[in-house]
Amino acid sequence: MSASSIQARFRLAYPEFTLDVDLDLPGRGVTALFGHSGSGKTTLLRLIAGLTRAPDGHLSMKGEVWQDGRTFLPTHKRSLGYVFQEASLFPHLTARGNLLYGMKRAAERLDPAALDHVIDLLGIGGLLERRPHQLSGGERQRVGIARALAVKPRLLLMDEPLAALDLARKQEILPYLERLHEELDIPVLYVSHAPDEVARLADHIVFMRAGRADVAGPLSETLARLDLPIHLGEDAGVVLDAVVTERDEQWYLARATFTDNPDAGVWVRDSVNPGGHAIGHPVRVRILARDVSLAVTRHSGTSIQNILPGVVETLADDNHPALALVRVNVGGARVVARLTRRSAHDLGLAPGKIVYAQIKAVALIG
Amino acid sequence: MTLSEGDLAAIWLTLRLAGITTVLLLIIGTPIAWWLAHTQSKWKGPVGAVVALPLVLPPTVLGFYLLLAMGPNGPVGQFTQWLGIGTLPFTFWGLVVASVFYSMPFVVQPIQNAIESLGPRPLEVAATLRAGPWDRFWSVVLPLARPGFVTASILGFAHTVGEFGVVLMIGGNIAGETRVVSVQIYDHVEAMEYAQAHGLAAVMVVFSFLVLLALYTWNPGKTRVGMP
Repeated sequence: MSASSIQARFRLAYPEFTLDVDLDLPGRGVTALFGHSGSGKTTLLRLIAGLTRAPDGHLSMKGEVWQDGRTFLPTHKRSLGYVFQEASLFPHLTARGNLLYGMKRAAERLDPAALDHVIDLLGIGGLLERRPHQLSGGERQRVGIARALAVKPRLLLMDEPLAALDLARKQEILPYLERLHEELDIPVLYVSHAPDEVARLADHIVFMRAGRADVAGPLSETLARLDLPIHLGEDAGVVLDAVVTERDEQWYLARATFTDNPDAGVWVRDSVNPGGHAIGHPVRVRILARDVSLAVTRHSGTSIQNILPGVVETLADDNHPALALVRVNVGGARVVARLTRRSAHDLGLAPGKIVYAQIKAVALIG
Repeated sequence: MTLSEGDLAAIWLTLRLAGITTVLLLIIGTPIAWWLAHTQSKWKGPVGAVVALPLVLPPTVLGFYLLLAMGPNGPVGQFTQWLGIGTLPFTFWGLVVASVFYSMPFVVQPIQNAIESLGPRPLEVAATLRAGPWDRFWSVVLPLARPGFVTASILGFAHTVGEFGVVLMIGGNIAGETRVVSVQIYDHVEAMEYAQAHGLAAVMVVFSFLVLLALYTWNPGKTRVGMP
């Protein structure tokens, strides 16, 4: 038993599926529980919170046993914070009342300065005297997140906190979540079925399918696998950690150098804010497989700015019979390209072949 | 139109009976309503039906069985005699016991409905915020289901004020002990004292109207329960 991780072993039969997981989740960073609806993500989160009971389950949180045999720590005695899909604020309390509800009861709570910081971080300072029905959906969810953090949990559970919001509200909250991600030093389990949220927020990912946790691992390494249990379709691609190392102010471009390979990097659109992206600032770049094409010779006279030499590692079929996914190792960092199977055949792509990955678009996230 | 001393005694007795019954029913009825709202037991149907029986039974039937049960040979009567407090029929406390049964559905059902419409979510939220079971009841269920409790109290009180058949069966007609307003009106009519009956009946009409007015003013159709 590791004292630094979260170990969860549950088996629970439902009419539609059987949840059967045995996971050793990292004790820090954001772990995404990713899968289609009905795959058991939320059930797993509820089991960890103690809101649903599975007999004979086992759960230990960094060495502290929450469930084992006859031991079952009730939810209110577990040091956790839970953010529900709908903010579920208490309607009879103001936003402040909601924040204080848990703080009054928790053995450990944020000190006033830390609470102010959380209020600041989530931008809810001006909303505290309002009732939940006077808040927008996005504002309610921010208060809900602050409420969960105010009890100073050792584990934060988030159940699709953005799923009930429209696109604009999502864009409003994501930056707050990213700031949380940078600042929180507790493990976060984040249930989601949205690849873009996972790409922006997660450090680790667990793929859930039909009640089982098939594949789990660090995000960039896992997304570069071609044998994922869930076809990501248009969202297939990699997420790479990088650092801003150079700026081209004339053309508003910044160079993101891969953490895994300091010799390789990509040019991305610089921030339009004065000063742009700061040199040395850690960023994430997301490169979708559909935006990567491969060539066996280096092209000149192309509009594509980011061309990385690399070696083909593996090929795999995509979800359409015409398409293939190819993983290319660009000096330690890995990108995935989606091509037609005919081009893969015509180019003679095989493991070990030297290719040039032409990257048409890079999204800078976080 | 003046109220006689007997009328005033009957009104005071009625208010006392209804007040005590309502308090007892909130204490007894809330756990029953909670259980009915949450249980998945096969006993939910039968228990719910028993609670609702007074809605459909003629009060005399209910009164008759209660009289037998609380009488000297009934199980309740044997128990009360063993306790050394005699038998309950034809006493004020006999009326209280009968009224608790008679008005039970009017208290249990509004509370049960309010708790059911809350759903499990507010309780789950409270649990993740460190609130234990009792704490959750006082800090979440009670404030959110308050309209249900208000309705239950008003209906329980008003229904007890209006009972007649059960009182006659259990309590008879003892001045200051079991002679409530409805029985007093009956007596006046029997004695052809129509003016007296009018006075007391008018009091009842005004009272009932005010109760319902209060109910509809404070608890308009859409009760504010549940999460936004």
